[in-house]
Amino acid sequence: MGQTMIEKIFQRHLIEPADVRPGEIVWIGIDNRSARDFGGANVVKNLGRFYPGGHVNDPAKTFFTFDCNAQNNDIKYAENQQTCRDFARNEGMAVHDVDAGIGSHVVIEQGLALPGTTTVGTDSHLNVVGAFGAFGQGMGDQDIAFIFKTGKTWFEVPHTIRIVLTGTLPKHVTPKDLTLWVVRKLTSKGALGRVVEFAGPVAESLSLSGKITLSSMATEMGAIAAFLPQNEETLGFLRARTGGSDVPTLEADADARYVKTLEWDVSNLVPQVACPPSPDNVKDVTELSGVEVNSIFIGSCTNGRFEDFQVAADIVRGKKVKRGVIAKMTPATREVWAKLLETGIMADLYAAGFVIGNAGCGGCAAGQMGMTGKGEVQLSTTNRNFPGKQGPGLIYLASPAVAAASALEGRIVAP
Amino acid sequence: MNTKSSRIRGRVWVIRDADGRAIESIDTDMIFHNAHLAITDLAKMGPHTFGNLPGWQDFPTKAAKGDIVVTGANFGAGSSRQQAVDCFAALGIGLLICESVGAIYRRNAINSGFPMLIAPGIAAPGLHEPRLLEDGQIVEADVKTGAIYREDGTLLIQGRPMSGVEFDIYQAGSLFEYGRVLDAQGAESTRV
Repeated sequence: MGQTMIEKIFQRHLIEPADVRPGEIVWIGIDNRSARDFGGANVVKNLGRFYPGGHVNDPAKTFFTFDCNAQNNDIKYAENQQTCRDFARNEGMAVHDVDAGIGSHVVIEQGLALPGTTTVGTDSHLNVVGAFGAFGQGMGDQDIAFIFKTGKTWFEVPHTIRIVLTGTLPKHVTPKDLTLWVVRKLTSKGALGRVVEFAGPVAESLSLSGKITLSSMATEMGAIAAFLPQNEETLGFLRARTGGSDVPTLEADADARYVKTLEWDVSNLVPQVACPPSPDNVKDVTELSGVEVNSIFIGSCTNGRFEDFQVAADIVRGKKVKRGVIAKMTPATREVWAKLLETGIMADLYAAGFVIGNAGCGGCAAGQMGMTGKGEVQLSTTNRNFPGKQGPGLIYLASPAVAAASALEGRIVAP
Repeated sequence: MNTKSSRIRGRVWVIRDADGRAIESIDTDMIFHNAHLAITDLAKMGPHTFGNLPGWQDFPTKAAKGDIVVTGANFGAGSSRQQAVDCFAALGIGLLICESVGAIYRRNAINSGFPMLIAPGIAAPGLHEPRLLEDGQIVEADVKTGAIYREDGTLLIQGRPMSGVEFDIYQAGSLFEYGRVLDAQGAESTRV
């Protein structure tokens, strides 16, 4: 019988023979094992409590990423970060420190997100590596501590939903609009506990950054992960990062079994906006024109790539953000920061009025740029708008293009 | 190693909104807000439970040891934070019963040995008239079979039984303890 992508990944990583079928419990090996500055200190604490004097299973595969408090402006976080640094030094592990950026994107830039690999970390959006056909799983600190120590864990093999995207995306419709539209159609529990495989010409031809955007919001569909088909761009990116020419590919078997197959034509899509109080409360941008915004934010693991800022810069170049509106941005990684600097895009955005933060989890995590006060309305390119998460203000989710255009007008507008 | 009883009895809190509907998709920022993520001490997590869930901010002062929390669908959506499970353990909550649960949240509960049952229908808005449960009611759940009983011993609703690995981890106390049990049994899969 044919296998889905997640079934193939589990099959290749089995520690001992098992039947890799939905509902079965399997024990699998983990290729990349990480923890962030949030959760990381608890991982260290758990290891000390349960395995006193023990060491991590494989330091070369184990690392910390500090992205939750990348501004390094909170004493409690600073203490937790140092706890992780000290532990890493003793164990011979790498630390991607407060200068590095979002951990999941560091994994991508390091060339670790190879198709068919397994990565875990204390980040619920680690499934962004699904853009490359890799499996990423966010976990709590006990789960991660066990993997640091043993290199493996159990999984219940999930069912997979296949979504075939057909047609052609209209010119001004971006991958984030497609993503919000998919969340709108599925709802935030529509893929609960399942994996989503995107297929068809639209999924295949999405840009690399677009694939990252779509896979990152698997979490907001309730899914464990979403996989995108690989193409020359994603494979070329990985070849350049690994220095190898033989990057493996991964695709589902033609006779793989899906719990559901959906086919959606995207040709009539218009820009989408998720309204408070949840990511699946999505409307056409045209239904919201006129809603005043006090601030916009561009960044996060969902929309913090170079191309996301490039789109925004093309809209605001030579213009000014409306007086009284604060336009905030955080590149995903230091590498993206540097490229924005070198290409002049950062200068364009700065000139238009943007304030620019350290690479990291800005827009989502407390202690970073992107928080809101009561009565404030913020249009954000992040992935969640649950009440109170980024403060008492109201958060609308949109693409970098809608965010940039709205910053110029001070109200929600289509680009 | 089956030392814990599979039966858990306690007083119920159904997490409803002001209109009396069980709240769906309560995300981890409503359970344990990201402003408190630097806390690593379990004992300090309890007071922040439901700190960002309108109408339930006083839950830590109302809840008593052994109470059972019942929720709507997709409970624990959102982030991977362990604290969103641990805060209930810190308050001494005896059991979570949910319509359905976020995938990462479910792993975190299972692996920390915190008992949780999935019981579709237990709090679904509009499904049962009158509603199945009121705050303060006593129920007894059998986590092994998934059956949930009223105080008089009659069946309230049949939930899903814990999976084998889930029950074994619960019995062992945590994934770490379970790993030791398997190790002692010589299972290659979890040799530590």
